[in-house]
Amino acid sequence: MAKVVMTGNYAQSYASKLARAQVVAAYPITPQTSIVEKIADFVSSGEMETQFIKVESEHSAMQVCISAAALGARSYTATSSQGLLLMHELLFWAAGQRAPIIMGIINRAVAPPWSIWTDHTDSMAQRDTGWIQYYCESNQEVLDTVLQAYKVAEDPEIRLPVMVMEDAFYLSHTIEAVDVPPQGAVDAYIPLKRSPWVLDIEKPTRMGSFMGPDIYMEYRYIVAKAMQESRKVIVEADEDYGRRFGRSYGGLLPTYRCDDADVVLLTIGTASCTAKEVVDELRKEGKKVGLARMRVFRPFPEEEIARLASSVRAIGVVDRSWGFGYAGTMFTEVAGALYKSKSKPLMKDYITGIGGRDITPQVLRGIYLDLLKVREGDEEMEWWGLRRPEKEVKHNA
Amino acid sequence: MPRFSIPEQELVYSGHVACPGCGGGLAIRYMLKALGPRTIVSIPACCWAITSGPFPRTALKVPTLDTAFETTGASISGLRAALDALGMKDITVVGYAGDGGTADIGIQALSGMIERNTDAIYFMYDNEAYMNTGIQRSSATPFGAWTTTTPADMDGTWKTEPKKSMMAIVVAHKIPYAATVSIGFPEDFVRKVERAKSIKGSRFIHAFCPCPPGWKYSPENTIKLAKLGVNTNVFPLYEVENGVYKITMKPSKPRPVKEYLGTQGRFKHLTDEMIAQIQERTDKTWNNLLALEGFSKEHPYCGL
Repeated sequence: MAKVVMTGNYAQSYASKLARAQVVAAYPITPQTSIVEKIADFVSSGEMETQFIKVESEHSAMQVCISAAALGARSYTATSSQGLLLMHELLFWAAGQRAPIIMGIINRAVAPPWSIWTDHTDSMAQRDTGWIQYYCESNQEVLDTVLQAYKVAEDPEIRLPVMVMEDAFYLSHTIEAVDVPPQGAVDAYIPLKRSPWVLDIEKPTRMGSFMGPDIYMEYRYIVAKAMQESRKVIVEADEDYGRRFGRSYGGLLPTYRCDDADVVLLTIGTASCTAKEVVDELRKEGKKVGLARMRVFRPFPEEEIARLASSVRAIGVVDRSWGFGYAGTMFTEVAGALYKSKSKPLMKDYITGIGGRDITPQVLRGIYLDLLKVREGDEEMEWWGLRRPEKEVKHNA
Repeated sequence: MPRFSIPEQELVYSGHVACPGCGGGLAIRYMLKALGPRTIVSIPACCWAITSGPFPRTALKVPTLDTAFETTGASISGLRAALDALGMKDITVVGYAGDGGTADIGIQALSGMIERNTDAIYFMYDNEAYMNTGIQRSSATPFGAWTTTTPADMDGTWKTEPKKSMMAIVVAHKIPYAATVSIGFPEDFVRKVERAKSIKGSRFIHAFCPCPPGWKYSPENTIKLAKLGVNTNVFPLYEVENGVYKITMKPSKPRPVKEYLGTQGRFKHLTDEMIAQIQERTDKTWNNLLALEGFSKEHPYCGL
């Protein structure tokens, strides 16, 4: 293994090269750009053999990948925020067509107001499109997860597209040493093999034509079933990767010091590494706190959450996105998973880190201490660390 | 043995559900005759996404990919990229899209595809409105026409803007080959598609396809109108290869546009004054085309 110092974005580029992506199509958007710039370097230096299509929009980037996948070529793209929102319609096409596309997402807040900093609204808004969603907490995990994503997406029983998320700037533009696995080992893990369920000039078929009410529902059910079954495949792909490369990430919902925890905080993305530090600190002070990280949001780890619920008094959810009109996006999902669970811990939703507001150790310490005090009947939702402009900002009279 | 002036092989099965007299149906039939069986077709939302048949049947004998309305240019780019990546060299990629999917919602993807000089054919079958959704105006609807969104129930509520020139737009990208065809002239039609097939890079075909329910005429008149459109100079047949214009059919005595307009219900509200105005516009466009033909011989892509 070779250690290379790289950003989270370069980890995406290296992974797409290691995966031998045959078609790459992308459109620039901050903070995604360095992924495709690096791929352009790989292609021009001859290190990467790929059809790199410099499209005129994210929408076309997604369609190029969908059409390439229809012929059985391995494809890759990456985007952020507005670019992902522009793709929305085609995300359904990709999943409905069972196109195993891998897309890197650099989570960035959506406009207005313009923001280039991180939150998860962009990808959370794609929840129901039929894409598998991973959220990473380190550059190493980004590289490893892109490779795992191909393993899952191209599984004959799954055949679904996968998004691999990283937080803008915290990962995309921050460097760390990343183990780059040898090409031969990656080839053995995800061999490049054309699927039989693609358009074939020798056996003309049609992909995507319309269906009446007599069969449309069954077709969608088959897609839904593939998404359900991907849970198992995601865990297997992670374990297999661990055996081959010495790193695995604990499946859909890795936990940290939860065994005897009184309260558990549920985080997603880079806030998770900060939270682990805070857990260690609070444990030293004798407070029984733990952490669970939403590594995979779709398919949703409902069984893992129900298991977690059976042993804790309260679950706090740190939501870096907000569903207008109700609650934080993860909170509603976690609450839904507890409906079937026998034990129902108290819950509280902490909306924070929106639009790139730092989630510092102090912020998370405050949240843990609040969670430890939560009692029945308390407010279940709070925008944490909200500044009060009417009090703090003095207008010129 | 009978001798055929266009290829005999059929790549569109019978049993499709196009309306009687569908111009778009003949266009895809002639197009595939010219392109042959080693062709992959991408079809966005349009009449032919539906009329070629519901799953699991299809009237097309070539691999076909259905895509979202606005994606044809990007879709054929992706198909070509995959074929190149997989080392499949001898396959023609063609996008078959309507005028709405081309001149309106799909124009961005089309522009991107031609600007990248993607090695594929973009085929626009033009029935001059959103026919699949029930006759709403598109930017390819001609001046003066009735549609359900230009109801022509009062003065000035018909389509008041001229038809968008997709040929001028694609030529402005310095496309290697672009041509207009009419289903009324199959030999000219097939020759141009065959020519397009033989050229590398982006190619664009604009096909004139009368539509009985949309244009309000009786289905048996489709071919007559497809010919009359050309013989009145309303839809001139020409090709632009490497920036040089060549008019492929010059009516020795063009028929008055009134003959063309008068047979269609969508123009029945037009006054003699408006018809004279359309005649004038048609003559002007034709003369411009003649001038382009002369000038571009020495000055390919003139004006660009």
